[in-house]
Order: sequence, then structure tokens, then C-alpha cells
Amino acid sequence: MRILVVGGGCGGTILANNLARRLASEIRNRKVRITMLSASDKHMYQPGLLYVAFGQMMPDELYRDQESLLEPCIDFHVDPVEEFHLDQNKVKTKSGKTHEYDTLIIATGSRIVPEEVPGLTEGSETFYSEASAVKMFKRLREFEGGKVAIVVGVPHKCPIAPVEITFALHDYFKARGIRDKVHIKYHYPIGRIHTIENVAIWAKPEFDRIGVEYETLFNVKEVDVENQIVKSEEGTETEYDLLISIPPHRGMEVIEKDKLGAGGWIPTDRYQLTMEGHDNVYVLGDTTNLPVSKTGSAAHFEAEVVAENISSIIKIGAPVREYDGKVYCFIEAGHDRATYAMFNYQNPPNLKSPNKSMHWFKMSYNKMYWTSVRGLL
Amino acid sequence: MSECKTIDARDTFCPGPLMELITYMKQANVGDTLELLSTDKGTASDVPEWIKKVGHEMVSSEKVGEVWHLTVRKTK
Repeated sequence: MRILVVGGGCGGTILANNLARRLASEIRNRKVRITMLSASDKHMYQPGLLYVAFGQMMPDELYRDQESLLEPCIDFHVDPVEEFHLDQNKVKTKSGKTHEYDTLIIATGSRIVPEEVPGLTEGSETFYSEASAVKMFKRLREFEGGKVAIVVGVPHKCPIAPVEITFALHDYFKARGIRDKVHIKYHYPIGRIHTIENVAIWAKPEFDRIGVEYETLFNVKEVDVENQIVKSEEGTETEYDLLISIPPHRGMEVIEKDKLGAGGWIPTDRYQLTMEGHDNVYVLGDTTNLPVSKTGSAAHFEAEVVAENISSIIKIGAPVREYDGKVYCFIEAGHDRATYAMFNYQNPPNLKSPNKSMHWFKMSYNKMYWTSVRGLL
Repeated sequence: MSECKTIDARDTFCPGPLMELITYMKQANVGDTLELLSTDKGTASDVPEWIKKVGHEMVSSEKVGEVWHLTVRKTK
């Protein structure tokens, strides 16, 4: 049995480690082989970018060597897939090698595409890459006051990020003693300030309390960089001195190029996490087209289900679990407080009041992630 | 040629039915029709509100059992 994991992010890594432990004896007896193909020899803790943007973490804290996170029996290659041949159960990589498989897991993630919105790349600061997060921090340090606008592209990774960045901006300017010189305006694509109703109900009075203005039904259409105006699809516009964007996302180019899914999102069975029409292909994390948050948390819970099912199929010939849509997201709420949203397909999140312990739990999790991604937590 | 696509956003809290619709609307071509399936009670008012404001066309809205079926057309 040849198991091929394409993608060495959160989902792919947790899956491969979990599977390697479940199938340890089969791997020892050479009945099973696990291979991982990734685009990088480094693994990034992406949620840490929010802290880099405020000078609270250094970029080098976000990385570990990917190989050091994997069970030694996993055959790891830095060699991204350039062609998927699902009808022949094989992939071709950048180096020209062909890898055949019996079971394939696609966990290639997503990428930001600010270029889809004219002016957004040149006109806004963001924190979805190391370079942009560092650049944003330097820009914030130099900012002495004026209008700050926050805009949100669709779809985007980490749906909690828009409210977190807003609280963080308030705290940052307050700490610098210039909050009274900064006007913060938050823009959101749908008719309330967050897509999760209970988050919106909680965040609205918080925004009112800290003096954040908000405009809903604002889908960013273009940025007039010269005149510093951001315009919406809905026909409204906002002037800014500093524009912070959550850029729109797409799946990886190879997914679109090989026509595995429009937008780079692969049609996926919401319970079994198999690719539609391909029972031996599983899809994890951001790569799915599921109506589930694009977060490491979703990828984590999905990876556990897929690992258990692949293992049980090998051992008893049948899958044993279904993914129930579980997601757990920390929500940094400013002023060293945090809360969390936990939900699944059937149960909405029931938000608790933010508190300092949850914030310190999140700060601890920033370190514990490396245990989690090894599949130990 | 225009297409008709169904978006299954039943039983979803995040990113939610309207956010799903906006995602697929961005991928669609002008003239395409999208049918959104939702079990969220707010969808029946949230979607027409956005469609009206952004300037697309609301084709139909009906509840079948526990599921809302909302059909919209991309006009620009």
C-alpha cells in the first residue's frame, strides 16, 4: 500500500504522523509506505504572523524544519507536485519524478491573491506572509495618526482574523499613546460584522466600546492608491491614510491548472473527506471546497478523521469515522484577553466572555503547536 | 454560455451561506445562475439584501422542508 501525502502544512503533517503511528507495524513489515511531497523544507506556524505584524513575535519563531516534525519512517521529499494524473494513480513533480500511489491525500493549502483586486497589493498592508507582516509592523511604527481602514476579501483564510486585527490595532495605538489620533473603520462583506452570528453579536458592542466604526455589505472592488480611497462592489467608498487588508484567497495553482476544482478548491465529500468521484483520494484543510473555515484547526480535525479511516480501511477493510465539521478557533479579543469559537455542522459556537486565561492559553498554544503538528496533542 | 451551479451551504456556521455565495459569485461569469442551499434562517433576508445592494438579480426564493433554495443571477 503506497500512501502519498501532497502538502507539508498543518493538515498534511498531522495526517502523516498520525497515520505513521497507527500503521507502525505495517510500515515495519513493508506492507505500507508513506511518502510526503512538499514545496518547502520549512514548516510555518501561520497564526504567528498576526503577532509578527505587531512586533510580538519574531519571524524565526514561526519556523521548524519540516523533516524534524515527521515520524522517521515517513519518506519526505521537497519536490512539489506539478501534475496530478488521478486516472492513473500517479503524480509528477517539479524535479520530473513520478510517484505512483494507492491512496492520495491532497493538502496543498491556499494562497493570497491580492492582485485580483486592483490596487490592493500596492495600496494596503497585510500580514499573510512573513515579508508582508514585517512590512506592516514597520508601517505601523511609523504611523502617527489618521484614518485606518480594514477591508476583507472573499474567500479568506482564518475567518477570525478581521476582528482580531481590529482589536490588535486598537491596543497597539493605545499603547503608543496615539489612539485618540487614529480613526479605525472596519469593513465586512456581509450584513453583520462577522459571519458567525454569535461572534458578531459579541464583537459589535466591543467595537462600539473601543470606538471602532464599521460598515457592512462592503466587498472590496478596487483601491485608488493615488487618492487613498477604497471602493466597494456595493458602490460605497472610504478614504484612508493606512489600509489594512485581509486579501482574497485561492487554492494552489496546480489544482486549478489540472482542473481538480474551480478556484483551486477541490469538490470534497463533507463527511468522508474523499474527493468527489475518487474514493482513493482524500482532501484536507484549505484545499477542500467544504463550507468550513479555512483554518489549521479544521485541517487538524479533518486529518485525524482521514488518518483513522485510511488506517481502518487497511486493517479491517472499512472506514470507521465521519468528519462532523468540527472547528475550534481562538479569538484574541485585545487587552490581553481571548475567547474561542467551537462549532461543527450541527452546533453553532456559544461564545464565552473573553478572559486573560484564554489569552495565555493561546500564547501557550503558539508554542504547543509544534507538539500538535507532530500529532501528539 | 451561462451556467447554473448549486452551492450546498447547508449546516454551515463559518464561513456561512452568504459568504459562500459571494465566493462563488466571484468565480461565476456574467449571466450565470447560482442556486444557494441553506438551513440558516437568516439567509432568506441576508441574501436578497446583498443582491439588491450590489446590483445582481434575485431570481427566486423558496423554502423546501427545512432548506432554503435561493436562486440569483450575476448581472455585472
